[in-house]
Amino acid sequence: MSDAALPTAGPPVRRSAPRGSLIGQIFEGLCFAAATTLLLSLGGIIVSLVIGGWPALSKFGIGFLFSTAWNPVTDVYGAAGPIVGTLITAALALALSLPIAGGVAFFLTELCPAPLRRPIGTAVELLAGIPSIVYGMWGLFVFAPLFSRWVQLPLMAAAKPGSLLEKLTSGVPNGSGILPASIILAIMILPFMAATLRELLLTVPAAVRESAYGLGATTAEVVLSVTLPYVRQGAIGAVMLGLGRALGETMAVTFIIGNSHAFPKSLFDSGSTIASTIANEFTEATSPMHTAALVALGLVLFLITFAVLGFARLLLRLRRAG
Amino acid sequence: MLKTLGAAFGAALIVGAATQAFGAGVISGAGATFPQPVYNKWADEYKAATQTSLNYQAIGSGGGIKQIEASTVDFGASDKPLKMADLTANGLVMFPTVVGGIVPVMNLPGFKPGQIKLTGAQLADIYRGAIKKWDDPLLAKTNAGVKLPNLPITVVHRSDGSGTTFLFTSYLSLEAEHWAKEVGANDSVSWPAGIGGKGNDGVAAFVKQTPGSIGYVEYAYAKQNAMTYALMQDKAGQFIAPTAVNFKNAAANAKWTAAPGFYLLLLDQPGANAWPITGATFILMHAKQADAAKGREVLSFFDWCYKNGDAAAEQLDYVPLPANVKDLIRKSWSKIVGPDGKPVYK
Repeated sequence: MSDAALPTAGPPVRRSAPRGSLIGQIFEGLCFAAATTLLLSLGGIIVSLVIGGWPALSKFGIGFLFSTAWNPVTDVYGAAGPIVGTLITAALALALSLPIAGGVAFFLTELCPAPLRRPIGTAVELLAGIPSIVYGMWGLFVFAPLFSRWVQLPLMAAAKPGSLLEKLTSGVPNGSGILPASIILAIMILPFMAATLRELLLTVPAAVRESAYGLGATTAEVVLSVTLPYVRQGAIGAVMLGLGRALGETMAVTFIIGNSHAFPKSLFDSGSTIASTIANEFTEATSPMHTAALVALGLVLFLITFAVLGFARLLLRLRRAG
Repeated sequence: MLKTLGAAFGAALIVGAATQAFGAGVISGAGATFPQPVYNKWADEYKAATQTSLNYQAIGSGGGIKQIEASTVDFGASDKPLKMADLTANGLVMFPTVVGGIVPVMNLPGFKPGQIKLTGAQLADIYRGAIKKWDDPLLAKTNAGVKLPNLPITVVHRSDGSGTTFLFTSYLSLEAEHWAKEVGANDSVSWPAGIGGKGNDGVAAFVKQTPGSIGYVEYAYAKQNAMTYALMQDKAGQFIAPTAVNFKNAAANAKWTAAPGFYLLLLDQPGANAWPITGATFILMHAKQADAAKGREVLSFFDWCYKNGDAAAEQLDYVPLPANVKDLIRKSWSKIVGPDGKPVYK
């Protein structure tokens, strides 16, 4: 992400072979092997996804992306429901967690009393290490009943018949659905983004910040017009990291999203994501077309993630040019 | 591509397991998750008795079928029986091991287990969203004298592909023509209504959290969580409770002799007190064993389980097969032969 910040490398300098050049050669070889292994496995994954998903892709064509039919009995599959579910939950999760992650990072770097900095920072990093299945179980058994009682029911009761709120809040008030899944996702990606943002903000040279303060800027002004622009590129990278995790998150979402392949009609309606659909059905998919459709879904998720990363790069390039 | 990868992985696992057990035999199996606890328990006891150990990978029924077809394991396990045609096409033999029952569970505040009586047709109407409220006149028919609440029904189903869903939807297809036509039966189906929970615990959690909901879970799960179950109408027209005895009745009354390759769903079986949503879980083996000794080892294991494993199965809330069915299975093993064409099991 932040490689753009590095000085551009000129042509490699040719040196005469010094003593110990053998070690150097081995080292170069190992580094090269590591890089190519990465590329090869990436290519291998794409190729095997295309091969595995080909029966479904060739049978349903482009309609695979736009159809909401998902019927293992008749072997007819369309990915529109899971695709939309993936995009909506990831976007909502990002919208919910980004402000909080920013707040945490700014608090830790600018406002937090020094003795508290380390414990809070460590706590944030520990949160990132909780396995997603734990978030899923917690979401289903603890969060869902509370959410249903204190958020869903009051909102549904307050909605006037025919209003937009009523449309957004229709569904079964049992704590499952698109919005609860997005909230769980937001909690999951929060520590990632907060920890990365904090690290980034720490890279801002003290001199830069001190001089802004010296000019009489308030904390808010320093953050918004000095430190944030300074780490802008890395920050976009941090956000994309969070978004990537939200797009691919599987277990936690599976537990709480309600798992319906239809188009979600409201925030409390049940839906599904690409990852949750694969997790749900792959183990017991017996018909070849069913397996192929699930692999094709994986390919779609891969492409979405790819597009998101590409978009981030584009954003960075435009910013730099502008 | 994936298959070869899976095969390679499976082979690696077997090699790993084989080197672990010094000299003593190792049987490898893979497949259904539903019978995993009882297979593991049997394996422990069998190892103590004979030194032969079992390496069972609970990777799901679909995976079990794929693994045995690729011959990476000694036996595959599936909750969904394969039809005779599929068995012969792949040179496989199938036999059941234990029986389980599926129980409709509900969340109706103030109701005790067994207070609601349902027929298969009513269940199908509920699951397709035709019966939307508990005080629907269609439900009152079988529940005379019970004050049904004016609550909307929330349908809960499994979100993951599962043998439980296969049995449940097969039962609904059997009981209601519209279900067979519009939805059908499979490990996962295109549900006309409701929300999906992952696994038995996911379904149970949604049912517990949603007043007015109905779901379906395996018997062991309903029992251990003391969930409010419904009485179901058996073939004789009686409303019976989901109990181990009633599952066993279904397995005992079933016409196994008339089922080629043991392809039998124990749904709506004749006879008194036969729980209508019952099913067995199955083992798949190659009819022609490349290694006769290995084939014999596997069959000896299951023979031992049929003889000595009933108590362990019952402890874990599975229902052992009736004795007459076990005898039939042992007879069917004559079809499993070694490279010399002779039965591996005597």
